Amino acid sequence: MSGLLFEGADWNFLTLQRIHDACEAVAEKELGLDTYPNQIEVITAEQMLDAYSSVGMPLFYKHWSFGKHFAYHEASYRKGLMGLAYEIVINSSPCISYLMEENTATMQTLVIAHAAFGHNHFFKNNYLFKQWTDADGILDYLDFARGYIAQCEERYGRLAVEHTLDAAHALMSHGVDRYPGKKKLDFREEEKRAGKRRLYEEGQFNDLWRTVPTGPVKTNAMLNVERRRALLGLPQENLLYFLEKTAPRLAPWQRELLRIVRHIAQYFYPQGQTKVMNEGTATYVHYRIMNRLHQDGRLTDGNFLEFLQSHTNVVFQPEFDDPRFSGFNPYALGFAIMQDIERIVKDPTDEDREWFPDIAGTGDEMAVLRDVWANYRDESFISQFLSPNLIRRFKLFHLHDDPAERAGILVDAIHDERGYRRIRRELSKQYDVGYIDPNIEVVDVDLAGDRRLMLRHTVVKGAQLNETDTKRVLQHLADLWSYDVSLVEVDAATDKVLKEYVLNPRIQPAAA
Amino acid sequence: MHIIDRRLNPGGKSLENRQRFLRRAKALVQGAVKKTSQDRDIKDVLEGGEVSIPLDGMDEPRFRREGGTRDMVLPGNKKFVEGDILPRSGDGSGRKSAPGQGDSEDAFRFVLSKEEFVNLFLDDLELPDLAKRKFAEAESEGLVRAGYSTSGSPANISISRTVTRALARRVALRRPRPEAIAELEAQLEQETDDDKRAALLAEIEALKAKAKRIPFIDPIDIRYRRFEAVPKPIAQAVMFCLMDVSGSMSEHMKDLAKRFYMLLYVFLTRRYRHVEIVFIRHTDRAEEVDEQTFFYGPASGGTLVSSALQCMHDIVRSRFRPSDWNIYAAQASDGDNATSDSENVARLLTDNILPVSQFFAYLEVGESGTYSFEMPDSALWSLYERLRANGEPLSMRKVRDRSEIFPVFHDLFQRRGTTQERAAS
Repeated sequence: MSGLLFEGADWNFLTLQRIHDACEAVAEKELGLDTYPNQIEVITAEQMLDAYSSVGMPLFYKHWSFGKHFAYHEASYRKGLMGLAYEIVINSSPCISYLMEENTATMQTLVIAHAAFGHNHFFKNNYLFKQWTDADGILDYLDFARGYIAQCEERYGRLAVEHTLDAAHALMSHGVDRYPGKKKLDFREEEKRAGKRRLYEEGQFNDLWRTVPTGPVKTNAMLNVERRRALLGLPQENLLYFLEKTAPRLAPWQRELLRIVRHIAQYFYPQGQTKVMNEGTATYVHYRIMNRLHQDGRLTDGNFLEFLQSHTNVVFQPEFDDPRFSGFNPYALGFAIMQDIERIVKDPTDEDREWFPDIAGTGDEMAVLRDVWANYRDESFISQFLSPNLIRRFKLFHLHDDPAERAGILVDAIHDERGYRRIRRELSKQYDVGYIDPNIEVVDVDLAGDRRLMLRHTVVKGAQLNETDTKRVLQHLADLWSYDVSLVEVDAATDKVLKEYVLNPRIQPAAA
Repeated sequence: MHIIDRRLNPGGKSLENRQRFLRRAKALVQGAVKKTSQDRDIKDVLEGGEVSIPLDGMDEPRFRREGGTRDMVLPGNKKFVEGDILPRSGDGSGRKSAPGQGDSEDAFRFVLSKEEFVNLFLDDLELPDLAKRKFAEAESEGLVRAGYSTSGSPANISISRTVTRALARRVALRRPRPEAIAELEAQLEQETDDDKRAALLAEIEALKAKAKRIPFIDPIDIRYRRFEAVPKPIAQAVMFCLMDVSGSMSEHMKDLAKRFYMLLYVFLTRRYRHVEIVFIRHTDRAEEVDEQTFFYGPASGGTLVSSALQCMHDIVRSRFRPSDWNIYAAQASDGDNATSDSENVARLLTDNILPVSQFFAYLEVGESGTYSFEMPDSALWSLYERLRANGEPLSMRKVRDRSEIFPVFHDLFQRRGTTQERAAS
């Protein structure tokens, strides 16, 4: 239980085991964390780059855009513009953390405490991850996806697969269900079902059907609009889902590809909503563990100083007029709020008692934090726990930029009595997916007429879509849909149509 | 907990993705490669290295919003109070109105390996199907001795080396020599005393046993002669750069010529293991010079093209036997030549140079902004045209602008070279 974990900077596998066990003891007994079993993999810098470019996953299907990311990361890494992350951690069971071989023993301790316990606990307990991701099945599913896509390339040609994937990627951010519906994903089931579908298709295949004339479409004019929309599940904001289920001319394998991309998008969806919390949790956990190890005499002062230096770099938040500023650092913000919660729980001021009557002075900071980690996402986390104390410390202020206002940008609130609540509300909005992603839905399909797919973008606060990008995405959409696609941008407040796009499909696939 | 060492796993998992990316970005990368290579020395073109391509050709579109009213919360307020109005773009806030917003990735640089670089550079090109086809692709290998090895075929056992090693081993391990045993046996014959006989007998037995344990030749002594395959010198080429440097050649024209030579060099290096470059510049007399002097040295005087051809011919005769070397020549000139020289040029080309050359290109360089059709054909051009009409394997093009170099080169070396039939620009 005591004695130094290691000396100097060198480590070997026994050291890693010792480090893990020491961290585990602190994590379980002192912090009360509940984690998936850990799997720690030691990799080289090059492998780290590989992992980077396929969104951190150990196995992923092949696509040129990952090559592009690789080239991009590699170039900036070689030029020294960017350091590699010390770790990558995967939301799976067992929870896989990659450690780079170049790290010193201190860094390995930091990474294990950070990833293998901090992130791991968060993945296992946060409600969004519980609801949306299937940690047990993800690796198998990715393996299936990779195999399936490779098979499709063999059967239908690399280009055809690439076109479909390009289109699916363009719509990826609109391929998630934002609200919990019927059931959570089960990747193993999913994989089995895909297999069955394929077998069924093969069993049902009869070349004769190819010769049956397709003829004019049965008219749907009889269906009234309401019924038709209900049948198609409209309005639908999950564009990928809609296409997969209803695009008239997609081949079965194309539907399966859309499905794969959609599932992966859904898997990553919670990560986008919990960046601040996830990194904050991991940082808070590693900070506690490292301090405990040092107090118990298991880390030398020198090693602890090395840790403090990296830690300080990680939680550094440049101010807005600093050339290094590029938005909020999720590590800094998350860690600061969590430390602040600890302070409020253990040693509250009168202000804290007024603002946080439920937790101020209750004394058990871990109970509060574990509850926070389990039940919040960035938006709600900030809107509930950003305290006046922290607003003052970060010297936060709120700018309101109205292009119609000639004079300039208004400073709407600063870190004073009048500003706290407004700043907190505005900052939390910046993390609200409802605000971040444009609100685009399929509203109707003209089934009786030219089968045009109609989409609607609800414009909030005058922010319209970027024209070039929108045209490209719609082109992809039209290619998948195989008929015209239109998108109208409608102002949310006035219901006025601001702009309309219409695109025709480029390729007319052979009739299915 | 498991710890897994993945370091031994093959890296380069992204290789396939990277190739797909390159394939897709080919046109863009090709453009970038050409641009990059413009500023390099002839031999440096081959180094590969960084190229940057515009991201917008390769971006992945998403629905993005822009404009509208924006709200943002920022850290680090020092002096603002509620209600302040900050000028939009000025020094008031010290930054643009929306820090951290908007994409700044307009181009990105990445590193191409030498191989990738050259492949993209020369994609689609091939050696023209000219004269002595028999050498063009042939690259035969020869064997040379390369020391000894511990394995090999019995035919290659090196006896002397093996025996030497065996001897050394026997000495080191003190293997009893047969003579020593024979001597003891002779003593045994004459010995009558039983005790002594027994002692001698024991000694002989011991020596024999030792000799058995330490063989005369052990498998570890055996050495084989090793051979290595090396390319035979046939896989080599020489490239003659002939340039008119008389007063009428401007820097611009030399630059055009340089680019053409550069392409030719890269092209040849891919085909041959070894490429020599000979720079010959001429006014009314010719001399062989180094690259620096060739392109940048000041020289002036009259023009006598035959001098350069004569010089090339002499060099070929003395240093590059046509049976061993593939000879390429590219001549750059503004086309001026003394009228009296024409016959000499024609004779040298038809009799001496073209028969031994794989490829002879004539590049007529002009000032940028001029058009060839505005000018009558130059003396040299008409002469070469006449030779070509007689069936001599000459390639000729006119170039006025940097941007034309690659297309012209491409044209000359295109696959299924029907370029000969096509009229020059």
